[in-house]
Amino acid sequence: MKLAEIRNLLDAEVLCCPEGLENEVKSACGSDMMSDVLAYVKDQGILLTGLVNPQTVRTAQMMDMKCIVFVRGKRPEQNVLELAEDNDITVLATDYRMYTACGILYANGLFSEGVDKV
Amino acid sequence: MEPIILTFDVNGDDFSVAGEASSAVKKHLKQLGFPPDLIRRVAIAMYEGEINMVIHADGGVATAEINETGVKITLADRGPGIKDVNLAMQEGYSTAPEEVRNLGFGAGMGLPNIKKYSDDLKIETELGVGTTLTIQINM
Ligand SMILES: Nc1ncnc2c1ncn2[C@@H]1O[C@H](COP(=O)(O)OP(=O)(O)O)[C@@H](O)[C@H]1O
Ligand SMILES: [Mg+2]
Repeated sequence: MKLAEIRNLLDAEVLCCPEGLENEVKSACGSDMMSDVLAYVKDQGILLTGLVNPQTVRTAQMMDMKCIVFVRGKRPEQNVLELAEDNDITVLATDYRMYTACGILYANGLFSEGVDKV
Repeated sequence: MEPIILTFDVNGDDFSVAGEASSAVKKHLKQLGFPPDLIRRVAIAMYEGEINMVIHADGGVATAEINETGVKITLADRGPGIKDVNLAMQEGYSTAPEEVRNLGFGAGMGLPNIKKYSDDLKIETELGVGTTLTIQINM
């Protein structure tokens, strides 16, 4: 699925790196626990999270993720967006809550990859 | 190849910059053309260790030694030390305070993650003196 389609499905605002919207991702991961993302995620292209501190970008960067979606209307500070920009990570913001945002993407065929059930 | 040694001061006062050392090492390995799988294992293990130095130990010094067989990461701090290493290695064990948890860490997965992604992990620790992690990740 293209990031542009994800933006449309989530009615999201693009906060940085709009040039990345043409990138394709095959799977996604939703979490507010960065260590869980680091432990179980394999080749997820996007991270959905309700946290907006710089470590969400660092985590995405370590995992080679292309996009972060901040859920439930949260907006990060400028330094977080600059860090994302430096690492070519597209940042989206949606007003949907975590469960709904993940559900919309899943229902539209964006699954998870790696460990689904522990 | 000539071994490359990268050294970083890890600032213990500022959670927002934690991960800079790991990020720099990741970029370096990418430039050197190392395989993506190795780069990701190094990045995750070093990042978890770097975060630990910041949230549990007031920072310290991180070193990455790169050669053609792999990467050796050393994370040395002068924090409180770890009382029971076996306990600390268990998934879910954490002494992290609430405010760290609210930032997305403190799930007690850091040390288990480092072990999972590395080929060898050595923990030297002394109460009141500090902790040194030596992490080897091979090609
Ligand atoms: N560098 C360190 N200095 C002192 N204590 C540490 C250090 N690293 C880890 N610990 C201890 O080991 C526990 C488990 O670490 P970890 O698995 O990374 O989980 P977390 O960081 O989420 O608490 C920590 O809660 C802490 O008590
Ligand atoms: Mg930890």
